[in-house]
Amino acid sequence: MTRECKSVRSVYGKTLVELGASNKQIVVLDADLSCSTQTQQFAKVYPERFFNAGIAEQDLMTTAAGLACTGKIPFVSTFAMFATGRAWEQIRNTICYSNLNVKIAATHAGVTVGEDGASHQALEDISLMRSIPNMIVIVPADAVETEQAVKFAAIHKGPVYIRIARTSLPDIFDSTYKFNLNKAVIMQEGTDITLITNGETLVETLDCAKILLTQGISAEVINVPVVKPLDIQTIAESAKKTNRVVTIENHSIIGGLGSAVCEALSENYPVKVTRLGTNDEFGQSGNAKELLAFYELNSEKLTKKIAGLIK
Amino acid sequence: MINKKFEPETETLKEVSKKLRKEILTMIYNAKSGHPGGSLSCVDILNVLYTKCMKHYPEGEINPDYENRDRFILSKGHASAALYAVMAHCGYFDEKELMTFRKFGSRLQGHPASGKLKGIEVSTGSLGQGLSIACGMALGLRLNKLQSRVFVFMGDGELEEGSVWEAAMNAAHNKLNNITAIVDRNKLQIDGSTENVKSIGDVNAKFKAFGWNTIEIDGHDFKQIYDAIEFSKKSDKPFVIIADTIKGKGVSFMENNPAWHGKAPGKIELQKALEELDR
Repeated sequence: MTRECKSVRSVYGKTLVELGASNKQIVVLDADLSCSTQTQQFAKVYPERFFNAGIAEQDLMTTAAGLACTGKIPFVSTFAMFATGRAWEQIRNTICYSNLNVKIAATHAGVTVGEDGASHQALEDISLMRSIPNMIVIVPADAVETEQAVKFAAIHKGPVYIRIARTSLPDIFDSTYKFNLNKAVIMQEGTDITLITNGETLVETLDCAKILLTQGISAEVINVPVVKPLDIQTIAESAKKTNRVVTIENHSIIGGLGSAVCEALSENYPVKVTRLGTNDEFGQSGNAKELLAFYELNSEKLTKKIAGLIK
Repeated sequence: MINKKFEPETETLKEVSKKLRKEILTMIYNAKSGHPGGSLSCVDILNVLYTKCMKHYPEGEINPDYENRDRFILSKGHASAALYAVMAHCGYFDEKELMTFRKFGSRLQGHPASGKLKGIEVSTGSLGQGLSIACGMALGLRLNKLQSRVFVFMGDGELEEGSVWEAAMNAAHNKLNNITAIVDRNKLQIDGSTENVKSIGDVNAKFKAFGWNTIEIDGHDFKQIYDAIEFSKKSDKPFVIIADTIKGKGVSFMENNPAWHGKAPGKIELQKALEELDR
């Protein structure tokens, strides 16, 4: 089916401009990718509050840390690979250890980065970020959720990581949606199996659940935009109901949402969990659609896989 | 060029440095761990900076002028013993607390932790990050229209971290003339001479090439330290003071010996060191 899609990156840039108007403490930093991350929108309106670190991500993160020390609220953007990989230790030791008010909004994560291939497809960013104390980790699924996550980050005191999709995404939520740091969202109730996801795979999972229903399988779909802190209660309650859980993410099955769910369930209500994502492997070139299909993360492949699990 | 009238009470500074050195050694002995070599090489500079040059308020936010304070970042966080000793001397906390250094539950963590101790602007310990933090602070202070200065203290071995040079470019590009960086050029790192481990070469020429104003001084000469810091305040570019220092300065058996980078003295060694300092 074809749907109208929105560039969530563009929404990110627009939201920054909006926030920048009412809050003069907001500053934005990028590392030579302001066109791709869309921070250029902010740079055009508030050039005095925009800093381009050049191709120097370590300097990018620690400069943001210094700005936060003076009361600024820095939003830092670059590709997820370089934000969380290249500058991990700056984030860990300077930003998070000092609990500084830095917001990292990274774009281009997961296999949907596409043609650039494995070197640019961060499949480990959630894992890297959620293991750091003080860090909040958010993976929005559409334009509305992205906008609200960014607005939440601006008022929250402390470090936040937001993974912003490269791909354009269809609207899932309407303007009545309220992002809640502590609450996962039950998108569809069901009784046979619980499907837990976030970000770009939410729309695929919702489509998958619709197809499953035609096959007589009632799937409960939970959107978990906040990987940390994790809403264990909603997840455990659903597991109690269905006794079977599948996690779906555009990320490695090691260390991401799937791992977080397994950790929570094994301590609270152990049920069998199947983690879907990329296995212990790197990505590759191709377009986003092809790659979602190859890694079995589109609705069609998910349906096949999940129907197989139920049998 | 630097001929500002200087009455640094050299005798007093000398006495204070002596006291700080004794405290540093006793703290490290008491903790059974720590970094005497690099603490002793930088303590004269920290002494002059904290007692003569830097605008700061040990009483903290109670002071209405607090926002206008200069900022200090100990990028070579392993010299924490020297920083804590000088902070206690200035009244940030009671000198008795120095003996909790590196102990369980202490505010005086092995490396400076902003979440534990007031007066530490930002946590450090992992090398190569302080200069970028300084750039961010300098940008923020400029946006806030504050005249405050950012002082950042680096080790020379630390210059092997590539991120230092990312930051050096940043400071020059953004014309951050409100930064004074100080390099503790003691020429030694854990594994030996900096020039043997990975030659750092001409630090002065390197910073100049990156667009900084520079000066080279004797890092144990109070007048030179004071003059250089005061001079840096009027710089039109980011300014670096390259301080020629002696690792382990003041204790003969520690001087220029990399073995004392990260080792605590035993009881007899401490006694010997304290006696030497009193001589």
